[in-house]
Amino acid sequence: MNLAEYRGVWVFLEQQDGRIAPVSLELLGAGRKLADKRGVPLSGVLIGDQVRELAADAFQYGADVVYLYDDPIFRDYRTESYMRAVIACVQKHKPEILLYGATSTGKDLASAVATDLETGLTADTTLLDVDQETGLLEASRPAFGGNIMATILCKKHRPQMATVRPKVMKALPPDPNRSGQIVEERIHLREEDIRTKVLKIVRETSKKVRLDEADIIVAGGKGMGSKEGFQLIHRFAEAIGATVGASRDAVEAGWIDHQHQVGQTGVTVTPKLYFAIGISGAIQHLVGMQNSGLIIAINKDPDAPIFQACHYGLVGDAFEIVPLLIEALQEESDKEVQYGGKV
Amino acid sequence: MLHIVACIKQVPDTKIIKMNPKTNTMDRSSAPAILNPYDAHAVEEAVRLKQRYGGTVSVLTMGPPPAVKAIRKCIEIGADEGYMITDRAFAGADTLATSYALTKALEKIAREKPIDLIICGKMTIDGDTGQVGPGIARRLDMPPLTSVKKVVEINKEQGYAIVHRKLEDGYEVIQSTLPCLFSVEKEINEVPYSPLPNMLRAARYQPVIWSVNDLEDVDRSLLGLKGSPTIVAKVWPPEKPKGGEKLQGSAREQVNRLMEILAEKKELFRAKEGRA
Repeated sequence: MNLAEYRGVWVFLEQQDGRIAPVSLELLGAGRKLADKRGVPLSGVLIGDQVRELAADAFQYGADVVYLYDDPIFRDYRTESYMRAVIACVQKHKPEILLYGATSTGKDLASAVATDLETGLTADTTLLDVDQETGLLEASRPAFGGNIMATILCKKHRPQMATVRPKVMKALPPDPNRSGQIVEERIHLREEDIRTKVLKIVRETSKKVRLDEADIIVAGGKGMGSKEGFQLIHRFAEAIGATVGASRDAVEAGWIDHQHQVGQTGVTVTPKLYFAIGISGAIQHLVGMQNSGLIIAINKDPDAPIFQACHYGLVGDAFEIVPLLIEALQEESDKEVQYGGKV
Repeated sequence: MLHIVACIKQVPDTKIIKMNPKTNTMDRSSAPAILNPYDAHAVEEAVRLKQRYGGTVSVLTMGPPPAVKAIRKCIEIGADEGYMITDRAFAGADTLATSYALTKALEKIAREKPIDLIICGKMTIDGDTGQVGPGIARRLDMPPLTSVKKVVEINKEQGYAIVHRKLEDGYEVIQSTLPCLFSVEKEINEVPYSPLPNMLRAARYQPVIWSVNDLEDVDRSLLGLKGSPTIVAKVWPPEKPKGGEKLQGSAREQVNRLMEILAEKKELFRAKEGRA
């Protein structure tokens, strides 16, 4: 493999319902930095059915080029069809780096593409850098349940690929004056060549807990003691209009569903306000919430690591403090209602 | 009659693994080796499908000799046969080299008894990648179905499977030809306590053990460290947060102080509410 033939930074542009996924826009932001450092173009790979107009968004968020596969066969994401498009595009245009969002689609696609291209793939990256001279991608990620960080390199194969956790990289502010070049691509693919068929897609947006979009999260951990004890977290969250989060311990104890789990094996969150209650602060939890705007910890163990990771800490029994807090916050909101009434 | 193979791994329990603060390395002896929790669900699902449609459940692992214990755990859950590949040649494998070695073992298993379905856990808790399952599927040219949270139907006569794949905001119902590979979510089932006869069988069970020489058509340059395109260049402890201010006084006093702080920072929360 002649590594020098491979040039440029690429982002797989995941799209759904007529918009580019937020994680892909974040990756354009991160990819722009890598591309500028290397002095190479940043390109997006856009695959779908009637998705051409999304290319303009990709340009506004930093892409120079969009490789477009626009065909009815790509209406639904399917590993086999999308994989073939990405592989064909890579083989034709030879990028040095290819990034995907670490979403169910991005991970599925990247794993298949990496195997066929026999190249390296780093999963769930949280830190990206590139060596300006060699072009070596330094993809770092938490490993062993978040106990350590590891930097992964892929020295002899191209493209260097990584999936990147949503909500970790920053999208650039969109520049409406920015445009780029659309390169139309085509592969010969018949429906009967694809062995899977999507029969139905069921969106559960109302039911689904959108922890990653919440402004305020109240999260409980092992310190809540029991499923009954954990109800206090629900009560507090309801009182202040927050979304309920949980540590892995609370989820594994069966006190709450996995979709509420914050951390390495759960969701990464960036609310404006995060309450960590009865959560000791294992690294695997911290990696999922440390970018929150304001972190308040309540724990009865003054030496709990969570106090190292919060902005303000309350040392004491959650079952004493939280009811007081609910009361105080409700008084506060009552005052505001009265104030609002006067106006 | 289905032949289902579950691919499993023995892992250190990362939840309780300790770091050696002097060397910044993991003290593996501090954590017991367990069956990867996601793989327990993979085996359980294979056993349930066997009960539903009839057939055989085999499990396959790659690892050092003590990994036999993880296979015994699968026998407890209800697997019929266990296979293990163990050899220094496999050591240091990343996900690409791992999927290659497992594929060679699966090909050998399939020569004796064709495989209808392969089931993997969503990921391992030590590697956290979820890449090996799809890798195996690609190498065997089977459709990979990841994030499977429910198996609706397996129809061997007509050669298809229908499953629910979990998405970020719901799920999709997808049909695939057989054979294919699932990697399954934890929520697909609950692993019950094992029945006593299974436990007795597991205690005495000896899996089939193969070294690299027992596998056929192996390109050794694709195995282990040599066959791994990725390398771990360095590891370091995660950044220690700076630490916050501990509020003082009784519970009531601390709450009052917190209320003052929240009032000062009100702007922080208001801005977005206004837009919403």
